[in-house]
Amino acid sequence: MIREGFRSIKTHGLMSFATVTIIMACLIIMGSVALLALNIDRLIDDLEDQNEVVAFVDDGLADEEEAKAIGNEILKVNNVSSVEFVSRAQAMENYMSKYDKSLMEGIDETVFRHRFIIKLHNIEMLKETKLALEEVPGVAKVRAHQEYANTFVRIRNIVSGVSLVLMAILVFVSMFIMSNTIKLATFSRREEIAIMKMVGASNGFIRLPFVIEGLVLGILGGGLGFLAQWGLYNLVTGSLMDSLAEGFLSPVQFMDVAPMVLVIYLAIGVLIGVFGGVNAIRNYLKV
Amino acid sequence: MVRFEKVKLTYDNSGTLALDGVDLKVDEGEFVFLVGPSGSGKTSLMKLITGEVRADSGKVIVNDFDMMRIRRRKLPKMRRTLGVVFQDYRLIENMNVYDNVAFAMRVVGASGRDIRRRVPYVLELVGLEGREKRLPSELSGGEQQRVAIARALVNSPRMIVADEPTGNLDPVRSLELMLLFEKINEMGTTVLVVTHEKELVNAFAKRVVKIEDGHVISDGGEGYFSYE
Ligand SMILES: Nc1ncnc2c1ncn2[C@@H]1O[C@H](COP(=O)(O)OP(=O)(O)OP(=O)(O)O)[C@@H](O)[C@H]1O
Ligand SMILES: [Mg+2]
Repeated sequence: MIREGFRSIKTHGLMSFATVTIIMACLIIMGSVALLALNIDRLIDDLEDQNEVVAFVDDGLADEEEAKAIGNEILKVNNVSSVEFVSRAQAMENYMSKYDKSLMEGIDETVFRHRFIIKLHNIEMLKETKLALEEVPGVAKVRAHQEYANTFVRIRNIVSGVSLVLMAILVFVSMFIMSNTIKLATFSRREEIAIMKMVGASNGFIRLPFVIEGLVLGILGGGLGFLAQWGLYNLVTGSLMDSLAEGFLSPVQFMDVAPMVLVIYLAIGVLIGVFGGVNAIRNYLKV
Repeated sequence: MVRFEKVKLTYDNSGTLALDGVDLKVDEGEFVFLVGPSGSGKTSLMKLITGEVRADSGKVIVNDFDMMRIRRRKLPKMRRTLGVVFQDYRLIENMNVYDNVAFAMRVVGASGRDIRRRVPYVLELVGLEGREKRLPSELSGGEQQRVAIARALVNSPRMIVADEPTGNLDPVRSLELMLLFEKINEMGTTVLVVTHEKELVNAFAKRVVKIEDGHVISDGGEGYFSYE
């Protein structure tokens, strides 16, 4: 009966080709979105690493003008490229805009300190610069890696959400198409199925070749989808690297994620294939 | 064996009352002709026996299986006790004679050894020795129907049901085929044959069940029937 499955794939060459192509296309769309999300993630990490340093002003210096004056001292520190003063009132406002306001009720702005947002020339010297900043009189504490690249986080969240929805839809669409493809293939074999039923074959037995057919097509679609994704990804990232300043972007290397991509692709391929196959002959088994 | 009691069958899609209170009793080892005009319900009766359709009411027992209550999962088990033959042979076109028959054994899980022993025996029984490698398209109609009978026989069913098995054959082939059914019956298998052909029925001294408009109108009149 395993032979039956392969025989059917051979006799329905065009249909099988269509099915494999559809599974591939779905996987590539899904995979591209997922890889995009992964890269944005990576970019966020990078940005976080390169992000500003925040220096908190000593609580003793409550006066805004006095605190502001420290900025000049900070600017003198080696490796500091720019300094931006943020008052405690502004800081609280920023904070509250990010979180649920109701939780902040009754909180006084004095909970927040005056602070400076400091940009650096060279992130590699972050550690030394941080130490030097802590030596500046009036600076109580220095926090690096702190302010998150909120926009990118938001973009990442949107991309992940969209890709999840897209994936769910695509899996169902491809299952549907797969099912119909096999249904067309089974149409030519409905006589054979009817004969099998008449001589008393069990449903599981009749289903087996179709399950195998779906399985093989699914694995084929998953495997080929993986290869195509690989090529496509390297093509796109390659041309991006060429057109953009080198070092600005460092896309995820495909090889790093290849095993995971392969496993996921095969799993989804098999899932689509087997469910499609089973669904396709359901009607024929009712009699 | 078959037991029908007050069997009613309506087709949902057309609302046709195909069988209206049929009583029928076919015992183990019997040979029965089922005759009647077109649309009288012969095929419907066959479908009740094979479990393709379910009756609205009444009692349907086939080879000790209660067809009114049988679970779908149990149908394969029931069908293995039955050999079915159709007017249009229903062979698999791209399989040769041998494989068409062996296929029926394979799908019920017979061992390769049993298949190799049983198939040639059955093919010889139906008179197809030497034709094993031919495709159905390379056979005459009568030969194709013999393949179908071999397939029906190969799993040693208790009963063979045939719906107009000679419908596409000339009178001589038809007679030959009916003699084959008689031979099978003599070997112990119950045989139920639906046919239109008066001459054929009259050539045999067998029990004849007549059906019209979904009713059994006569039962027994051996070797004779007519309808007006
Ligand atoms: N699948 C079906 N759906 C709806 N109505 C049907 C179906 N099959 C048969 N009928 C109706 O049921 C009645 C009995 O049909 P059946 O096929 O049993 O007759 P028959 O005696 O086998 O006729 P024939 O000698 O022409 O083969 C007819 O009126 C027919 O139109
Ligand atoms: Mg009929």
